[in-house]
Amino acid sequence: MKNENSRRSFIKNISLATFSALALSGCNTKAFDDFLQQNFKTLSKKEKDIIIKNLGIKYKEKYGKEFHISDKPAIDGTLFGYALDLSRCVGCRRCVYACVKENNQSREPQIHWIEVLQMEKERGIDFAHSTAQYNPEKVPEKGYFYVPVQCQQCKNPPCVKVCPVKATWQEPDGITVIDYNWCIGCRYCMAACPYGARHFNWGEPSVPVEELNTEVHYLGNRPRMKGVVEKCTFCIQRTREGKYPACVEICPVGARKFGNLLDPDSEIRYILENKRVLILKQELNTQPKFYYFFGI
Amino acid sequence: MKDNFKENIKVSVILTALYLVLLSGCKNKVSDTIELNKVNTENEVSIGTTQTNDYAVEAPPFSDGIFPCTDCHKNLIPNPVRRVLVDWHDDISAMFNHDSENRWCLDCHDLKNRDSLRLASGKLLDFKESYKLCGQCHGEKYRDWKVGVHGQRTGNWNGKKEYFLCVNCHNPHSPKFRELTPEPPPIMQEDIK
Amino acid sequence: MNFIRFITGSIKIIFHGSKTYYAWLILLSLLIIWGGIGYSGQLGHGLIKTHMRDSVSWAFYIGNFTFLVGVAAAAVMLVIPAYIYDWKPIKEIVIFGELLAVCAVIMCISFIVVDIGNPLRFWHMLPLIGTMNFPSSMLSWDFFVLNIYLLINLFVVTYLLYCVFYKKEYNKSIVLPLVLISIPMAVAIHTTTAFLYNAIPGRVFWNSALLAPRFLASAFCSGPAILLIMFQILRKTTKFEIKDEAIWKIAELMVYAMFIYLFFTIAELFKEFYSDTENILYWKYLLFGIGKHKEIVPYSWLSIIMGCIAFILFLIPKTRRNFTTLNIGAVLIYASVYVEKGIALIIPAFTPDVLGQIYVYTPSITEIRTAVMIFSIGFLLFTFLSKIAIAIVFENYNISSISRRIKSL
Repeated sequence: MKNENSRRSFIKNISLATFSALALSGCNTKAFDDFLQQNFKTLSKKEKDIIIKNLGIKYKEKYGKEFHISDKPAIDGTLFGYALDLSRCVGCRRCVYACVKENNQSREPQIHWIEVLQMEKERGIDFAHSTAQYNPEKVPEKGYFYVPVQCQQCKNPPCVKVCPVKATWQEPDGITVIDYNWCIGCRYCMAACPYGARHFNWGEPSVPVEELNTEVHYLGNRPRMKGVVEKCTFCIQRTREGKYPACVEICPVGARKFGNLLDPDSEIRYILENKRVLILKQELNTQPKFYYFFGI
Repeated sequence: MKDNFKENIKVSVILTALYLVLLSGCKNKVSDTIELNKVNTENEVSIGTTQTNDYAVEAPPFSDGIFPCTDCHKNLIPNPVRRVLVDWHDDISAMFNHDSENRWCLDCHDLKNRDSLRLASGKLLDFKESYKLCGQCHGEKYRDWKVGVHGQRTGNWNGKKEYFLCVNCHNPHSPKFRELTPEPPPIMQEDIK
Repeated sequence: MNFIRFITGSIKIIFHGSKTYYAWLILLSLLIIWGGIGYSGQLGHGLIKTHMRDSVSWAFYIGNFTFLVGVAAAAVMLVIPAYIYDWKPIKEIVIFGELLAVCAVIMCISFIVVDIGNPLRFWHMLPLIGTMNFPSSMLSWDFFVLNIYLLINLFVVTYLLYCVFYKKEYNKSIVLPLVLISIPMAVAIHTTTAFLYNAIPGRVFWNSALLAPRFLASAFCSGPAILLIMFQILRKTTKFEIKDEAIWKIAELMVYAMFIYLFFTIAELFKEFYSDTENILYWKYLLFGIGKHKEIVPYSWLSIIMGCIAFILFLIPKTRRNFTTLNIGAVLIYASVYVEKGIALIIPAFTPDVLGQIYVYTPSITEIRTAVMIFSIGFLLFTFLSKIAIAIVFENYNISSISRRIKSL
């Protein structure tokens, strides 16, 4: 019996040693820490600070740039809403590229958080007959209107419901965010999103270092890694600082409106009260906080 | 025509600088104008106040060297007769498309004070308040603009905002919005490798 | 200690076999290596090596997963008729059914692992140490039931073989409840997998209450098809005894399943095509293609034609009782369901995508190689496990025979 016991403990030790060796061989301790990092939402302030500090060091090593990484929580009494004036949008795609730049989206392989669809005026909003590939000399083209689509920041988000690991959740200010270090990359949320708003890092994302935006939010535009899902966060790094999202500021026709739904004096509330709005795919009960309206 | 918007901004910036330099030379109330650029939200959304310069606005997009108008006009005898301009401002005559059948320069520009705009009531306006002039006819748009629904604003959603004037996007002499060159379409997913 | 002897005894078995057996092992190993190299490319560069993109974000991998869940479910459900009709080798049917289920579930989990972007973060899905989104996420449910199902089957089959190995009478009060649980669990895993898709109202192609029933019906066609052929092989090569009547009965039950499947599908098609709403687009893409995009049309018709031929072969008593036509039918229905689950179930749900844009998906070579790797691993595992089971159950390979051999040495 004694012999058996020692043999058993020997096997146990061997397997433990092999496991640790395997775990340590391929990766240094930092990678191991990364591997063991918990869901950001469940962490204490102190743990978050450590993670953010280490991330800053990591970015500095990787890109040679000083990043300002924020994890600023939602401002009390805010619920963000967005409105887009379909009668104004000319489909120029300025918003698409302003968003790419602001949010450090991968240039190669290309990721766009905003997709602008060209639709026939005669058909109305009809995705099946729309195209994102239009490329005329000048826009708008006669007979067409344009529907930019990005994350609709649903009040009842199907993506959050289906995530098997709670890597995506809705913040108190209504922004649905993703913990890129917790996302396993199963893409169930992408299947569930009725607006095609979620995008996957199919390969290693790349952004030219000189074009990196170093003002980042942990749950927003910080540089991502391959194999995780990302999406529009209403520019969380800007809006939580009181600024407008990048797409609102760039829009040359002023079609994009943003504000606090809980503030009765906000422009978004004015639109809800004075214009007739529509939401996409109303029948799915996702209750978007992204409204389309006709300003004329 | 490419990137009109960016051009606009550039022009605006240059013109603002120019404007400020000129104004400071003229002992104008520079400090006031700058100060007014910083009014906060509460003041901005208080619709219907009658004080001047209610909104922090972008600089009007003057063409190079055109303002102040008095530089040239001070030596000219004002002529109130409606006519088509041929020697000067012929470029504007040529493009003029703003109810051109019924309107001409002096419906909006003041005969005597060339550096001001003029409401139908006869009240004079600074070029920075041109929106009030536009608002005379386009009341609905003016109402939407005031609350930030028509037109573009930058700044803070919960604080200071800067308004684009009507004329920052619409040429007052030919206000129909210009066509834009679109940015490139997304790469076809078949080609992402 | 007894258990270790059982394991070492079992391992010894898998190294003994005929030349054909070794050739088969070498073939599988080569396929695993070939597929593994393809998969390592994906591990290095990411899922960009597949042809999945944002528009079609799930495809071949998850399709294979779904198919194998069906196989895993049906293999165990075959215990029901064995019990009801009192076929003699019920213990053997349980053993081989559950062995197949174990291998299929392992392959299922492998397909999920290769499909996720960060396989190392797999532990985030676990309860307690991760943050499992239970009960909200159907994927959590699916993962949960699959693992329980795997554990139950693994336990039952190991326990049964262990008892035979030691010539002990197995404890009915342990085995019977577990087998009885594993049957509804079999229904559960496939239903949960169907709900996984069903739970997404944004994908109207899947948003039909008939999806889960269709899943079960199709699983009842493909799962028994494997066992049908396997029983015949076992009967020829071992002492396994199963009467022709039992095999024909399985075939007969498969006909019912096929009929139900056909009926559900027709009901679905009627509803979609007669209603002619905008949602018909996905069915059109599947069956006729949209515009010039007809890439998956041959697959869907291939599946339909193979399924119909199999149905006819199984339906006519004469061909059902002829083992040649029966086996042709079994292979056809297996292939039909494979194509249906692997391609026809997933891809049309994403084409056109939710914003109406069409991205034409066909599996990349990496995806095919990875799938080949997983299937080969599964087959290898199944070969090993059945070899052990055959030796123990039919060839009197047991503790005393080992002891005798050791003594004679």
